[in-house]
Amino acid sequence: MAADTRTATEVAAPAITAPTNAMGMPRHHLLIFAGLLALGLVGPFVLYPVFLMKVMCFALFACAFNLLLGYGGLLSFGHAAYFGSASYVSAYAAKAWGLTPELAILLGTTTAAVLGLVFGALAIRRQGIYFAMVTLAFAQMVFFFSVQAPFTGGEDGIQSVPRGHLFGLIDLGPDRSLYFLVLAITFLGLLLIYRIIHSPFGQVLKAIRDNEPRSISLGYRANQYKLAVFVLSATLAGLAGATKALVFQLASLTDVYWTMSGEVVLMTLLGGMGTVFGPIVGAAVVVAMQNYLATFGAWVTIIQGVIFVVSVLLFREGIIGVLGRWLKKPL
Amino acid sequence: MFELLGIPPQALFGQLLLGLINGSFYALLSLGLAIIFGLLNIINFTHGAQYMMGAFVAWMLLNYLGINYWAALVLAPVIVGITGVIIERLLISRLYHLDHLYGLLLTFGLALIIQGLFRNEYGISGLPYQIPSQLSGGMNLGFMFLPNYRGWVVVASLVVCLATWFVIEKTRLGAYLRAATENPTLVGAFGINVPRLITLTYGFGVALAAFAGVLAAPIYSVNPNMGADLIIVVFAVVVIGGMGSILGSIVTGFGLGLIEGLTRVFYPEGSAVVIFVIMAIVLLVKPAGLFGRAA
Repeated sequence: MAADTRTATEVAAPAITAPTNAMGMPRHHLLIFAGLLALGLVGPFVLYPVFLMKVMCFALFACAFNLLLGYGGLLSFGHAAYFGSASYVSAYAAKAWGLTPELAILLGTTTAAVLGLVFGALAIRRQGIYFAMVTLAFAQMVFFFSVQAPFTGGEDGIQSVPRGHLFGLIDLGPDRSLYFLVLAITFLGLLLIYRIIHSPFGQVLKAIRDNEPRSISLGYRANQYKLAVFVLSATLAGLAGATKALVFQLASLTDVYWTMSGEVVLMTLLGGMGTVFGPIVGAAVVVAMQNYLATFGAWVTIIQGVIFVVSVLLFREGIIGVLGRWLKKPL
Repeated sequence: MFELLGIPPQALFGQLLLGLINGSFYALLSLGLAIIFGLLNIINFTHGAQYMMGAFVAWMLLNYLGINYWAALVLAPVIVGITGVIIERLLISRLYHLDHLYGLLLTFGLALIIQGLFRNEYGISGLPYQIPSQLSGGMNLGFMFLPNYRGWVVVASLVVCLATWFVIEKTRLGAYLRAATENPTLVGAFGINVPRLITLTYGFGVALAAFAGVLAAPIYSVNPNMGADLIIVVFAVVVIGGMGSILGSIVTGFGLGLIEGLTRVFYPEGSAVVIFVIMAIVLLVKPAGLFGRAA
């Protein structure tokens, strides 16, 4: 443990002295964000846009999850509840009520926020391992609800959701035009998460993660901070889910099942929890793996399990965590 | 025939029996989880997969080696328990110095691997397992028809649960175990091999899950996914009961099974979520759980 703490401070140290720009961002972070944006802009001309949109939705989902786990120190094993419920609500709003895509996404995201507020308020009453079990149980409740509720379409889900016209003007039907909306949502989402992490709120959050009794003794209401970050994380996970519903024009039980909660944990763990960019890499790797190994059936599950085991035993810092240690810069 | 609240007694008692059977599985599984958590401080996410392995090992013993149900009831828990010992020695024991959450993640990964392997080999359609001939048929109790096997499941799990309680609370071995739960360093200083105790405890907790799996095999079809959803309900049971007390786990398990059965009679739509709703209420009223100690 002592060795871990030391490396963490070594890594963290340059951040304070690193040159920052007008946005208060260290230069290498700015470069990475610019690089990601450039990749995002060039991407659809090189790779299949739907694949990239899937990666982006899951990257946002994983980053939202990482906000809670990596910076709040809270392991939610039920983030599929927020991702999936937002996916259902926005799909239903777009299909049954004919709402425009931005309103459908907004409605889905709001649903996730409300759900996050209710479940979060209950879940933060327990800590550590119990917190994980409580969040998982609530997510399973949402799953059973989705199986039975009349509007979710049961096993079929909500299919052929119309992508509609953005603000009633821009047709999102073609993949390319939807792609840039998804890119904008994801990128703004990531910037928002970055801002939250590096705000005074984020600093207090990290203090609570590292030593809760001490933060309380310093006068911070730990539970309010935990609830706030839980709701933020659930909301952003919902944003990812709602966007995903438009991309695939589908909301289904897969989105709310516990395997989805497990996948987002895997993405974050593999990429590096508590790193800014790790979950993005983790999401890209996991989604790519699912795509290329889809024909192998159950082997995907087995490989995911093996990655879990190997990551936990040998690779707890994740890809970006290790990279950050080599470069001696927090990523 | 008389009726209760407009529900025919056959339906009411039938559902109560079904609830009691589910309660048997909740009790056996949450008991194993509680014992493992007490000493290892990890939540064993693999528990559902190990319950499934119990059912599969019983099926394999019957179909490949011709070993009958009664022998499988003993052999399958031992075999699965041994795999648990191996898993603990090779993998879990490397995580004791880390945050407890890593144990959860590791065992989750193991559950994915085990379920995936069985799904690859046997598909997801489920394999039948015959009720042993001694327990086929049933009894007419006057107010309901009791299939013998279902009665046996309730009795067997109750006996095993109470025997476990007795061993932990009343014997010398149990005293070591409880002492090691309180303070492993001190118990080690008294010359007790704590790492071995931990390994055996994990093996025993896993064996309990496998025992539940063998009991379940003739009732539900033997299916690679049979433990995956069950374990999440058991987590909720554990949160409701709190993991501080052995007897508490048993009572909570059976009690929640009955409540679930009653819900199925009076409000069938709510039966899948009633345990989670109770969990939410317990979190509001008594966050440490019904039998738990406040942290």
